[in-house]
This record gives sequence, structure tokens and C-alpha cells, in this order.
Amino acid sequence: MHYRSAGRFVVAVVFAGTLAAVPLLGRRAESTLRAGLEVAGFRLRSVAPELGIAFTHRAPALDPRLDNIAPHIAALGASVSVTDVNDDGWSDLYFTSSRFGHDNALYVNRGDGTFHDVAPAAGVADLNREGEGVSMGAVWGDYDNDGLEDLLVYKYGYLQLLRNKGELSFEDVTEAAGLRRWMNANGAVWFDYDRDGLLDLYVAGYFRADIDLWHLRTTRIMQNSFEFAGNGGANVLFRNLGDGRFADVTDSLGVGSTRWTMAVAAADFNDDGWPDLYLANDYGPEELYENQEGRRFTLSFAGLDTDSKSGMSVSLGDVLNRGRHDVFVTNISERGYLFQGNNLRLNYLEETRRFREVARGVVADAGWAWGAQFGDLNNDGWMDLYVANGFISADPDRDYWYGMSKVAGATGAVFEDAATWPPIGTASLSGYERSRVLLNREGQLTDVADVVGVTDRYDGRAVAFADLFNRGVLDVVVANQSAPALVYRNTVAPGNHWIALQLVGSRSNRSAIGAEVVVAFGGRRQRRVVAGGMGFASQNDRRLHFGLGTHTLVEEVEIRWPSGEVQRLEGPQVDRLHVVTEPVRPLP
Amino acid sequence: MTEATLRAPWARLNTIHPRYLIVSLITLILVVGEWRYAILGGYDRLAAALAACVVTEAMCSRVVRGRFVNLASAYVSGISLSLLLKPQAGLLWPFALGGVLAISSKYVLVYRDRHLFNPSNFAISALLLLAPGTVAILSHQWGNDLATNAVIWAVGLLVVWRARMLHVTLTYVVSFLLLAAVRTALVGGPLLAEIAPITGPMYQLFIFFMVTDPRTTVRTRRGRVLVASLVAVVEALIRIAGDYQVGLLRPLYPAPPILALFLVGPVAMWVDLWRGGRSRNLGTASTPR
Repeated sequence: MHYRSAGRFVVAVVFAGTLAAVPLLGRRAESTLRAGLEVAGFRLRSVAPELGIAFTHRAPALDPRLDNIAPHIAALGASVSVTDVNDDGWSDLYFTSSRFGHDNALYVNRGDGTFHDVAPAAGVADLNREGEGVSMGAVWGDYDNDGLEDLLVYKYGYLQLLRNKGELSFEDVTEAAGLRRWMNANGAVWFDYDRDGLLDLYVAGYFRADIDLWHLRTTRIMQNSFEFAGNGGANVLFRNLGDGRFADVTDSLGVGSTRWTMAVAAADFNDDGWPDLYLANDYGPEELYENQEGRRFTLSFAGLDTDSKSGMSVSLGDVLNRGRHDVFVTNISERGYLFQGNNLRLNYLEETRRFREVARGVVADAGWAWGAQFGDLNNDGWMDLYVANGFISADPDRDYWYGMSKVAGATGAVFEDAATWPPIGTASLSGYERSRVLLNREGQLTDVADVVGVTDRYDGRAVAFADLFNRGVLDVVVANQSAPALVYRNTVAPGNHWIALQLVGSRSNRSAIGAEVVVAFGGRRQRRVVAGGMGFASQNDRRLHFGLGTHTLVEEVEIRWPSGEVQRLEGPQVDRLHVVTEPVRPLP
Repeated sequence: MTEATLRAPWARLNTIHPRYLIVSLITLILVVGEWRYAILGGYDRLAAALAACVVTEAMCSRVVRGRFVNLASAYVSGISLSLLLKPQAGLLWPFALGGVLAISSKYVLVYRDRHLFNPSNFAISALLLLAPGTVAILSHQWGNDLATNAVIWAVGLLVVWRARMLHVTLTYVVSFLLLAAVRTALVGGPLLAEIAPITGPMYQLFIFFMVTDPRTTVRTRRGRVLVASLVAVVEALIRIAGDYQVGLLRPLYPAPPILALFLVGPVAMWVDLWRGGRSRNLGTASTPR
């Protein structure tokens, strides 16, 4: 009897100890590693008004039959893309708005620390019109190789291609290009899938293309699964025919995914010399389409097919300086309800044909995460990561998570109908979340957002990095949903070096989109790709920026042009931008 | 074919102990769910939960009762935890600690030699309430697929019928549906939105493995019907509070049925055992289970 009493006591002690350990371990897992400002080595200061940038995104007003969840469906469309629209060597910014009658903005960089909006005069402002749809994002690329960056605006509505005529003037060539197509798109990239020197276009459908969100024929427009939905809008690949026209080659190339694609990135993930496509899909697994020498794409099983979450954004970065494209895809985490976690997938395609998911802690659980970008914010030679968060910031005292949880676990037939969703009213849904700035300390990511000055609580969507003032540092631009756009001017502590490359294609597309660059310094190899769109609804400065830490010597820069040409620069000078034109191979 | 041969499979089913039918059902859910939808999120989670449950059961039974007990119950708890817990990426401790809590609660939270909480229910509730920043419960999974759900419902109903707990399942389901109509009348919104949760996987595990657990249900059929109804009522109150955004109760909103059972179940068990003891002391016959 004594034995049993003693045994019961021991079990009770173990039970009590275990119970006490739960909140302790929970708090430990919640806490994030912090680093001080001196460790971060940079500071970001919000300066948009000082620069003359006063852009506020407006969300769309949709069919009244969607009123019960209108804030949810209308929660996208704030985008930013960086270009040099007038080829003057200074990065310019294009922002989209998403309400009829509200203009998009093209802020041209004067080079003196100020910007001015030229969109109305240039003909790229008034794009949000009834019957035409509203802007969801934009990507820049020189599709006609005339040396001027052209603009593709994707919408909940008709695509729009605007050719840059020079002198800050554009003409709408959508119809002539064969691109006038209604798509409910949230993403697009320019890339040259067949390496013929002409930029092709991949557009990601979100809602089905037969849906007009202002004139619904049915309210059965939503996803049919929160995990493996396949009833989204079909993605479309347009091949550039070279005469100003594009042809839909989706079916013959095998890239017409009908998952709810939010974002796309194109790069050579498997090092075969051909650009592949990586898709972040909402309500479904990510997808990697491997390019089979421009003839076809095959859906790769790289460990992605069963890991289903809510992909919002695809960003590529070489996190460990291995000379590989690793992938960061944002997802959703909400205290008590859902820990999908962002994915940081290290590229081990060469060794195992798979990616390895390594996101933990603050990297995984940032909130309801949207746009993200990799870039070396402190020039220490390691790519840092900026993650924008927050979905719907409305009444802070009302929360829609419980309401949404009612239908989220149901069978798909229930929530496919928007009319069955509980009314959201004025409630917030993961609102007022702060962004994360994850400092890469030799492969370990640490949140330094508050210490470097990123404290805003807007619903961040698109993030883009650009050296706005040509100082050799990356500044950060954030487009916020239904809120002002932010520009964070970066100040980097002295001591670190950098090198930047501006590539100009000759046999390749003139924008050099798809060019893969590896910079070797200090025993490391860091890789970047010139991208025709990356992140969520965003496009970075296409000039590639590499921090070098304290290294003053770059051993080699290897440029793999889309044409296949490999160019090497030995010992290029640091702390400067190099404009590199693709060598023109002599005729045989 | 004679009537006897037609009855043979059912007769054979009747010879299997309900415990093993439950083991079979949850294993089926695990295998099919993992195969089709990768529901576990990593085999290390399953290993941690199962190991914690089985080892704790073996140790506790040896230490407290002086013998090793059948481990089927621990197995069911381990699988339930690995299916229902969805913590932050890379965390294994919720599964390990959840397993220890689930099983040890059977030896600690007892009254008149009977445990008061369903083990998995206790562990999940404790984790959700004590570590909401790192632990969540299965909210949507298994593809939101009607066919998969229908199969689980069919097999589940067969199992609870064999375990003589069908009346509990049906009472809960009917109560939920009636209360869904009441909730709709009170808070507005589509009726389908209020009914929708019961079509999800969390409810399947709840209905077939928790609320019907023979070891933590009261002795009488009438009592079990009453308790199942009460669980549904408390769940409805939690849900109404959720609709009215009562901030104080927010920790209960992610898993209303689980936490309703956590609140009602042990009280019902305690009252039942107390009344049973009093009946014996008074020399009156109690209704056999």
C-alpha cells in the first residue's frame, strides 16, 4: 500500500512538473532572439513624405453579393515595382491602386533625393476603370528590346501592356500584342523560357478567369479546399513572338496550374541552364515547374507536393552563400488558431532532388505574412530578409479568426460559396501586425525590426529593395493595403564593402532578366538572379547588389547570361556599380 | 445464402473488443490521412507522441498499480495527439509533454479510482490554454474532402455502435445541429456557417474518440445522453461568446468542442461517481454500466 502511495506521489510530481513546463516552454518558443543596433549594422528610416512620395492604396469595392466577406476578397492589390523608366541610372517606383477611378503612380527619381509622380502624363495612371478591372500588380521588362522598360499591369480584369515610347510616354499595346485577356491575377513574371532573346510572360491566375468580381453570376467563387484547392484561375504562359505579339503556349508547355497562385519566381533552380518556375499557391502546395530546355515544363516532386499551406510570396536568396537559389515562401500563423509557418527551403536539388525546409521560430511564425525580399541590408556579405505582415486591420477589438474557423474546417462544398461565410463586419483578421527584419548572421536569422526602426503596423503587401540614392546600400519600399506606401531609407554603418552589377543583354533580352550571377569573395559564393518579378506583387531593382563585409577583394564575378554565354570578371573593383554588357559573340 | 451466414460478419464483429475496433479506426485514419494528405507534418511528431504515451502508461501502471496495463489506450491517445496538435514548426515538445500529460492525468486526476478526464482531451486542452502562442489545434486538414469525411463517418459510426456509444454520438450531433439553428437565430449569418464545423476533421476525432470514450463517460445511458447534450450546450455558449467577441474567453474559441468537454466531462464524472458511491453507502442498487 505504501509502495502504491509512493508511486502515486511520484506520478503526481511528474504530472505537475510537466504541466508547469508547458507555459515555460511555450514562452521560450514565442520569444525571439534579438540583436542590438550595433550588431544589426544598419538603420531604416521612414522617409516617403520627404522624398515627395505620397501614395495611398485604395482597395476595390466589389459586387454587393460579396459584402459579407468583402474586406477579405478585396484585401490585395497594393504593389510596388522598381525600374529605371527613363534609363537615367536612378531607380523609379511604380505603385498600383485597386479601386475604380483611383490612379496608379509612377514616381520618377530626380536623382536629388526627391521623386515626382509622372503617371498621368505618361499614360500609366488611369488604369482602374469599370469594365476593365483594377490593378493587382505590375512588372517591368523590355519585351521589344528597344532599351526602354515596358510595363505589364495584371489585374482583377484585363491585362494591360504599356509600351515605353521614351520621354516618359507610354502607349497601350495590349490588343495588338494579343494580351487582352480577362484574368483575376495576383502575380506575373517576365522571363525568357526558351532563351530566344525575347522576354516571355507568365501570369498567375487567382480567381477563375470567368469571374467578374463586380458582376457575379454565382457566389461559388471561393476555393474548394483550404489545403489542396485546384479550382483557382489557370496560369498562362505567353510566348513573345518577336513582332510585338504574344501567343498563349500554356497547354503545350504544361504550366497551366489551376491552383490559387499568389506569386511566381523564375530562376535556374536546378543548374541546367534553363529558367524554371516556382509558384507560391494559396490553399495548396508550392509548385516547381522545371524547364525542359524550353520545350516543356514538368512539375517536379521536390518535397513540395504534400506540404500544403497558404503560400503568398516567393523570394529567392542564397541564405548560406552556397551559390544556390534558396526559397522563402510566406504563410500564415495566428496565435491559438494556426501555425502554418513560413517556409525557408534550402536548395538541395543537386544532391537529393529536393528542398529542405528549415524555417523555425521567428522565421516561420511572423504572422499573416505577405511580401518578402532577400537582400544584404548591412553589406556584411549575408542576405537578410524583410517580411511584411498583417491582413486586415479594422476594428482592433473585433476579430474574424473565430468566424473564419467555423468554415475553414468544413468540407469544401460549404466554403466554396462565398455566401456561406460568416459576415466579417468591421472585424480585423490578423491586423496591426508588425513587419519582420531578419538579420542573417552567418546563416542564423534574427529579428531586428524594432531596433533598426521598422515599427509600422500597416497591412504590408509588396516589398521591394532598391538602391534609391545610388549609395551602395539597399533601401526598402513597402506597398501597404489601403494605406500609405512606405520608403525606408537605409543607413549602413561604415566598414563594409559592396559591389553592384547592372547587366545589359545583347543576344539575351536587353533587360538581362534571367541572368544568373555568382560573386566569389572571402571564400564564399553568393548567387543572385536578375528577376522579372519577385516576392508578392513586386519587383526589385534589377541592378544586383552584393554586400562584401570587410572584404576589399572580389575574386570573381561569374555571369551566366540567358543566352548561355558565360562571362567572368576577375577582381572587379569594389564599392562601385559595374555596368556589364553581354559580349556579342563573333559570327562563325 | 442463409440468414445465419449473412449475419456472420456482424457476429464476428461482435466478438472483437471495442477497444481494438477503436485502435483499428484511428490507425485507418492515420494511414489514409498521411497517405493522401500528409496530415502528420512529420513522423517525428508521431514518434514523440506515441513514445511519450506508451512509456508513460507503462511506467505509471507499474508504479501505481504494480502491473503493466494494456497499452491500446495509450496508443489511441498518442495517435490522437499527433493528429490533433498543430504547434509551431519544428517543436516536438508539445507532443512529448502532451503524451505525458494525457497518460499521467489518468493516474493523478482520479476520484474513487476512476480518472475524470479523457486523456487526449485533457492534454490538448492544457496545451492550448497554457501555450496558445506556440500550440494550435487541427483547424482544417484532410483536404476538406467530402468523400474522405464520409468514409470516416461511416466507419466511425460502426465503431461507436459496436462500443454501445452510438446514442452519445447521435445525441451530440443532434444537439449540435439544433443549437446551430439557435446560434444562427441569435447571432445572424448563414445557418450553413454554424453547421459547417461539424463536417470537419477535428469533430470527427472528437465525436468518435473523445466524447464517446467509455472510460470517461457516466454510468447510465440517460446520464450519457444528458452529458453529451451539456457538452453541446457549453460548446454553443463558447461559440456565442465568440460571435459576441467576449475577449476574456478568446482562448476557448479555437477549439470549442474540445474545451467544452474539458469543462463538462470531469464534473459529470465526479458527480456520477459521487452519486454512485453514495448509493452504495446507502445500500441502493446502482444501474450497471
